[in-house]
Amino acid sequence: MLKIKDLHANIDGKEILRGINLEVNPGEIHAIMGPNGSGKSTLSSVLAGNDKFEVTKGKVEFNGVDLLEMAAEERSREGIFLSFQYPVEIPGVSMVNFMRTAVNAHRAHRGEDPISASDFLRLMREKKNLVELDSKLANRAVNEGFSGGEKKRNEIFQMAMLEPKLSILDETDSGLDIDALRIVANGVNKLKTPENASIVITHYQRLLDYIVPDFVHVLYKGRIIKTAGKELALELEEKGYDWIIK
Amino acid sequence: MKESEDKILDNFTSKEYEYGFVTDIETEILDKGLNEDVIRFISAKKKEPEWMLEFRLKAYRHWLTLKMPEWSHLDIPEIDYQGISYYAAPKKDEDRPQSLDEVDPELLKTFDKLGIPLEEQMALSGIAVDAVMDSVSVKTTFQDTLAEMGVIFCSFSEAVQEHPDLIKKYMGSVVNYRDNFFAALNSAVFSDGSFCYIPKGVRCPMELSTYFRINAANTGQFERTLIVADDDSYVSYLEGCTAPQRDESQLHAAIVEIVAMDNAEVKYSTVQNWYPGDKDGKGGVYNFVTKRGLCRGNSSKISWTQVETGSAITWKYPSTILRGDNSQSEFYSVALTNNYQQADTGSKMIHIGKNTKSTIISKGISAGKSQNSYRGLVKVDKRAANARNFSQCDSLLLGDKCGAHTFPYLDVKNDSAIVEHEATTSKISEDQIFYCNQRGIDTEGAIGLIVNGYAREVLDKLPMEFAVEAQKLLQISLEGSVG
Ligand SMILES: Nc1ncnc2c1ncn2[C@@H]1O[C@H](COP(=O)(O)OP(=O)(O)OP(=O)(O)O)[C@@H](O)[C@H]1O
Ligand SMILES: [Mg+2]
Repeated sequence: MLKIKDLHANIDGKEILRGINLEVNPGEIHAIMGPNGSGKSTLSSVLAGNDKFEVTKGKVEFNGVDLLEMAAEERSREGIFLSFQYPVEIPGVSMVNFMRTAVNAHRAHRGEDPISASDFLRLMREKKNLVELDSKLANRAVNEGFSGGEKKRNEIFQMAMLEPKLSILDETDSGLDIDALRIVANGVNKLKTPENASIVITHYQRLLDYIVPDFVHVLYKGRIIKTAGKELALELEEKGYDWIIK
Repeated sequence: MKESEDKILDNFTSKEYEYGFVTDIETEILDKGLNEDVIRFISAKKKEPEWMLEFRLKAYRHWLTLKMPEWSHLDIPEIDYQGISYYAAPKKDEDRPQSLDEVDPELLKTFDKLGIPLEEQMALSGIAVDAVMDSVSVKTTFQDTLAEMGVIFCSFSEAVQEHPDLIKKYMGSVVNYRDNFFAALNSAVFSDGSFCYIPKGVRCPMELSTYFRINAANTGQFERTLIVADDDSYVSYLEGCTAPQRDESQLHAAIVEIVAMDNAEVKYSTVQNWYPGDKDGKGGVYNFVTKRGLCRGNSSKISWTQVETGSAITWKYPSTILRGDNSQSEFYSVALTNNYQQADTGSKMIHIGKNTKSTIISKGISAGKSQNSYRGLVKVDKRAANARNFSQCDSLLLGDKCGAHTFPYLDVKNDSAIVEHEATTSKISEDQIFYCNQRGIDTEGAIGLIVNGYAREVLDKLPMEFAVEAQKLLQISLEGSVG
């Protein structure tokens, strides 16, 4: 599904990603861990097509096509979803309007007609229930005045609405209380199929108790320096990163 | 990265004007220049009574003593008032069309392109249109239906002939010809416009609508609107404007006067998209408008709603004098400027009556290299016990080559008044656009969504059909080829 080869990326001339190699297949869950500032969010931004970052070297293939050639919105329509570490607020734009525009953009891409109002409301209701998103939130402006945890929950709600092939969850667990963590993780699990895949970025083993990864990668200074099974997360929780870095 | 964002916004905000076409109708144009003979000519053309000519000449003589105002935050190129023609009418003035079949098909096509539903669809949408094409009103619909209720809705020229008493009584009663430079000019040379009278106790059953359009090259348009709502009446009035694309700049100086008697309510909505000039600031309409309402009666109400996306220069402050006790007024505005457009717009609320209340909601949107200013005055007279005003002025910036400015003035002479003012400035951030992109929404769509979200509070005040049009207009005015 996703093949990243020797990916390098800069911001303001400073190299952040320094040769990433990663392959994700349908049905797999990959966890990425690593110290603050190691480049995890940068990697997700680059994959999602944020042109703040300049790709200087390397290739990324997504379902056989060159991902780096595509605009961010095309990547989304092709099935890449990013749950942001810091979701932005868009004052004045209602969640309903926003989601409907997004859903219709995805439908147009598949050659489908815009969704009818009643189907859309039904879809919203169904997906809201999945992540137990408060209806009041769905009636407000995008993320405006949402608490940290509410924003994260809203990200997963949007993921449920768009049913991506590859979802990248950037620290979706941070800011969630214990119950919310379980609810959100369950939501993610319910959305899982043998055809889709996830990259889960986290600092804590806790999330991986719910969303069980097939692989755990350690990203450090822009490179993946270790890859192992889910037990690596436990080990990291216990020992920190020092022993790998050395 | 900053650069790339600006480039996106630049490309995005540099789409061509969509209404730039010129109708090929034989037009009768008066030679350029302004003097008493020109005024006599206009007045004679319109077969005006002597008192009307006198009014015009008085205004003209006063205008000669005035200078262009310079206090605005506008960079106005010198205007050669002798280089303008002050009268243009579609030919065959004698036998003006009586029904649609008689209207020049070219003209109808023009209206179609504008999407003005002048024809049968009109009946369905319940709008009566008094279309002012250049200077003479071409077609007035629904007069009969309205006449049955005693509502008068006709061109200003017709009103001068048919309802001289009303015109004499109210014309200039809200905007005196001495009011300002442009008001004096308009009073001297005004070509046509609309007149509307709602009798006591009548709720006008349909939205009244006028479409203004400047067609002939090098002619200024000086229209004049007068709306009088008698006791306990109600009317909603819509004004839409477009002008074809021209290299030269065109002058537009209008006057709108509204009088609301006891318990009357007038809603005045404008969607203005005069030609804004091209990407390099060439051409475009200079729009200097004096709009003022008088809440003359107790518990009367006047609301102004405007969506302004056009004109190279806009100078416009729809205002209300709250004279009646318990009278109210609202001003809801979205002003969008792009490329080299300049807007200096806002409102004045003059509280005189007791318990008067006013609200000002102004939303500026600046893109390209444009300059967008809010200028507002809230004045509370000594007599205006318990006056209330709430003003909110928001600015939204797209890119960093444009400017937004706020000039709120306060003049409060009564201690019991409560006057509140809030102002915000925000930018569409690249992060917001990327967030939308990541959900599959392209940049044009994202900007449209954000801008419309920002303007929502004002758009919601417009009548339904107009709101949809205004929403499209906001998007069109910002769109361009992305990337
Ligand atoms: N806009 C920017 N300008 C300059 N440096 C940046 C910018 N964005 C990220 N960086 C730098 O890139 C490096 C990687 O940041 P990134 O956000 O990818 O880290 P991360 O692994 O997600 O960290 P965390 O665990 O704290 O979320 C950091 O040193 C950061 O300061
Ligand atoms: Mg991060």
